[in-house]
Amino acid sequence: MTTFTTWDIVRNLLLATQWTILLSLVAFVGGGVAALLALLARTSQNRAARRLAVFYIELFQGTPLLMQLFLFFFGLSLVGVNVPPWLAAALALILWTGAFLAEIWRGCVEAIPRGQWEASSSLAMSYFEQMRHVVLPQALRIAVPPTVGFSVQVVKATALTSIIGFVELSKASTMITNATFQPFVVYGFAALIYFALCWPLSKSSQLLERKLNVAHRNH
Amino acid sequence: MSLIAITEVRKRFGTNEVLKGINLDVAAGEVIAIIGKSGSGKSTLLRCINGLETIDEGSIVVAGAQLAADEVHLRALRLKVGMIFQGFNLFPHLTAGRNVMLSPMVVKKVSAKEAEEEARVRLAQVGLDHKFDAYPDQLSGGQQQRVAIARALAMRPLALLCDEITSALDPELVNEVLQVVGKLAAEGMTLLMVTHEMRFAREVCDRVVFMHQGRVHEIGPPGDVFESPKTLELRQFFGMA
Ligand SMILES: Nc1ncnc2c1ncn2[C@@H]1O[C@H](COP(=O)(O)OP(=O)(O)OP(=O)(O)O)[C@@H](O)[C@H]1O
Ligand SMILES: [Mg+2]
Repeated sequence: MTTFTTWDIVRNLLLATQWTILLSLVAFVGGGVAALLALLARTSQNRAARRLAVFYIELFQGTPLLMQLFLFFFGLSLVGVNVPPWLAAALALILWTGAFLAEIWRGCVEAIPRGQWEASSSLAMSYFEQMRHVVLPQALRIAVPPTVGFSVQVVKATALTSIIGFVELSKASTMITNATFQPFVVYGFAALIYFALCWPLSKSSQLLERKLNVAHRNH
Repeated sequence: MSLIAITEVRKRFGTNEVLKGINLDVAAGEVIAIIGKSGSGKSTLLRCINGLETIDEGSIVVAGAQLAADEVHLRALRLKVGMIFQGFNLFPHLTAGRNVMLSPMVVKKVSAKEAEEEARVRLAQVGLDHKFDAYPDQLSGGQQQRVAIARALAMRPLALLCDEITSALDPELVNEVLQVVGKLAAEGMTLLMVTHEMRFAREVCDRVVFMHQGRVHEIGPPGDVFESPKTLELRQFFGMA
């Protein structure tokens, strides 16, 4: 039996961390796009589009991420589509992230005073022109802190994908524990790595919030 | 031919009928003051004219553009009438100049260069050419309202709707805005303004509309309306009864 040094453990954990980071980025960027589409549908004048957006958001907010992962992984293979774990993980996380970001951003859009809509309407702008040039630029500014804050949840959520066999930090920890029988050391380091990823994010979210509040007057 | 034709317009909020059959024709170049008690429907009438509210009955036509609920009709209508609000509603993330440039560029697809020239002309018209690069929160209320006027003018509207545009201003800032409006009136702009500035209404307006409980209760030249109000309600409004 080979022996593992602490460095071996850490090195292997760090290798797996790359996948956690990549999956987080994919989920966050893809989820951002999904959220933007859902947001536009959710606030549009079209009833069917609004309903569809609400259905999507409530479905993904109202069920555990774990179930979503199972459904993408096992469900799709049941209907004959064979999805590898990384694809199921990415799809589920993108849609899950999108549902939450859509609601966060909707709150930011609704925080824009009605007068901004009325003024831009009276200047003959269409809904998309108003969104693009008047509402979203202002909503973006208030959306940054909660969005960065939510990215912490995304990073932590990637841990769940270990369940369907995607080898990221958590799955790697389990595998290394099985080989080394040193759960405390392995999970301790894994927790430290998660913390190192998440803490700067939540800290910068707080800083941004303070900064944007101050900067509001000075642009 | 009148520029703005308002015919039998009715507007309800739920069961509350706020406009009860409004008829009003406004000729090009005419300046009209709308006065009346709070809740008489003055704002609602103005908001209907550029489609911020839908109407339940009747019709509103501005220079051939008919009020209807769809985007195409609304856009056509709003290209003909601009609106100035009590709360200015400047876009806070854009400079004064950019506020004025935005809609011509976005809606009319005017080039940035042309839009900037136009914006400078319009800001000069309201006496604020030196504030082109200032953000709204760096301007006084009176200056913000003048930028809002310049912004509306940059779309070259045939008529302007003004809803109590000096009511949110400190008293010492009211005059600079009224002067701008007076100048527009003198230059032949068609104006429909809800106002509490009775002296200004008397000096500048061609006709005064007194609204009462959702109806045009009395209408006429300021001389008649102010000197010899015919109805009890108008006399009460002036505090003469
Ligand atoms: N969006 C709305 N929903 C429901 N009721 C409304 C709405 N807007 C206006 N109203 C009602 O319509 C009536 C007329 O309102 P409007 O704002 O037109 O009055 P106004 O003459 O402009 O009054 P003020 O001098 O206070 O501005 C009021 O009774 C008001 O409560
Ligand atoms: Mg009003």
